[in-house]
Amino acid sequence: MPNEPATVPAQRLEWRVATVVDVRAETARARTLVLDVPQWPGHRAGQHVDVRLVAEDGYQAQRSYSIASAPEQRSIELTVERIENAEVSPYLCDTLVVGDGLELRGPIGGYFVWDIALGGPLLLVAGGSGIVPLMCMLRHHARATPSARARVPVRLLYSARTWDDVIYREELQSLNERPEVDVRFTLTRDAPSGWTGYRRRIDGEMLAEVSPPVAEKLRGYVCGPTALVESVATQLVEMGHDPSRVRTERFGPTG
Amino acid sequence: MADKPFIARGFQGRRAASSAGRLPPGQYETRDFPVLSAGPTPRVPLNKWDFTIRDTQGRSVRWSWEEFQALPHDKPTVDIHCVTKWSKFDTTWEGISVDTLLDAAKTAGLAEGAFVVAFCDGGYTTNLPIDDVSAGKAWVAFGYDGAPLPPEHGGPARLLVPHLYFWKSAKWVRGLQLLPKDQPGFWEQLGYHDRGDPWQEQRYQGDP
Amino acid sequence: MQSEEMRLDGNAAGGTLRELFAQDVTAALATCAACGSLGAIGTLLEYGQGMGVILRCPSCDAAMLRIVHTPGWLRVDASGISVMMIPENASVA
Repeated sequence: MPNEPATVPAQRLEWRVATVVDVRAETARARTLVLDVPQWPGHRAGQHVDVRLVAEDGYQAQRSYSIASAPEQRSIELTVERIENAEVSPYLCDTLVVGDGLELRGPIGGYFVWDIALGGPLLLVAGGSGIVPLMCMLRHHARATPSARARVPVRLLYSARTWDDVIYREELQSLNERPEVDVRFTLTRDAPSGWTGYRRRIDGEMLAEVSPPVAEKLRGYVCGPTALVESVATQLVEMGHDPSRVRTERFGPTG
Repeated sequence: MADKPFIARGFQGRRAASSAGRLPPGQYETRDFPVLSAGPTPRVPLNKWDFTIRDTQGRSVRWSWEEFQALPHDKPTVDIHCVTKWSKFDTTWEGISVDTLLDAAKTAGLAEGAFVVAFCDGGYTTNLPIDDVSAGKAWVAFGYDGAPLPPEHGGPARLLVPHLYFWKSAKWVRGLQLLPKDQPGFWEQLGYHDRGDPWQEQRYQGDP
Repeated sequence: MQSEEMRLDGNAAGGTLRELFAQDVTAALATCAACGSLGAIGTLLEYGQGMGVILRCPSCDAAMLRIVHTPGWLRVDASGISVMMIPENASVA
């Protein structure tokens, strides 16, 4: 039922072994894993899973990854960006293949979540791989009824280093063609010739241009590197937006 | 009793192949220097910094930064071991031996204690037996790798007790409280070991 | 790199918190025992990477919730939270 608020049943959060059924390159550094998860209870846009890797000798590493696939989609998708010399992302991007098992638990989260029933106007601000949970929200929005979508305009501001680092590029450009969706990019390191989008780190002036008026009581979601998230959230609140309606999820130093 | 864990095919982590013998049990060598913090980085200007040793009788000795720097410096090279399983070999430091500080406290008439609690900017504490911070085993370090100790690694100064797990090497240290009885610090209150010897794998309370 | 750039937030602790609470509590509200600020668990600042979960008040940095896995036990110090408000209906968050 696309327009009802989703609820995730309160059950024990168990570790389960999912199976990788497909992998998809997104950018040079990012890959989407398509997973079949036994007894998956369903999820809300913005939630994540914890992934746990255990080596033969018992050595363990655990990280969280946002769910990229919309709640309405059949399989669970995670998009992972490889961080150089990291513990977990190189394994997920380079070693894991179709047929492998991956231990995870989820869905996790109740604060950094959005359903179409929560309404808008929706302002999504992404830095780097922070786009993943926001893409989930956009995919969920895209699957709502036309009248529900028309009531909830959504704007995405996505900061990336270069155009080649933009994950879901084609899909975002396609979504941008819809009247109620507005996707804007800012490239901080390098832009293709003829670029007409923003060319700098997100600042107050940019946020003022992309935010709806305070009176419209936006629902904001900011995700990415910790420094970006804290700076953007602080500025949105300073502009007068309600802090309880500006939700944040920090991805750590590299985001 | 935990079920047999699922083994991730081909997962190794980011571990350097290294010489056994230098590694305590359960540890892995790293070439990085991971930053682990229990809280935000405190910022204390050096003109406000001091180091104090206190006893339970109300007596104390205190050094300003200049007075501290005037004490004899050591430059130890040591291996360090974090309870999260990484070890780093041949780290180089510059600091004041805790023996120098404890001797000054003794001369000033402070009552000795069998235990100390290190206290720090930001509220972090850790407890240690006094024997583990004396006889050349511990320093208050303000230099790392030939440069001033960076704030994220505990600068201006941190405790350095390399023979114990590195959570005992309290960052942003501002002094030692001498105590007759042991008093669990920040992590020890939550189950980490009161002593923390990596060679005996004393990670948690109750480990022998 | 400062510890502030490394820090996460209560969302990252969501899985560990589910070991403690019967439902997701990242949208629950908690009052800081030190300064009285009220905010969602998801907004608390998370430190302690690897050794345990430390959730700190974004206003005054006091440790509100501390959780450590030790063999056979999950140790919890919640003394930094004076009152917690957990929504009965998760979808209203």
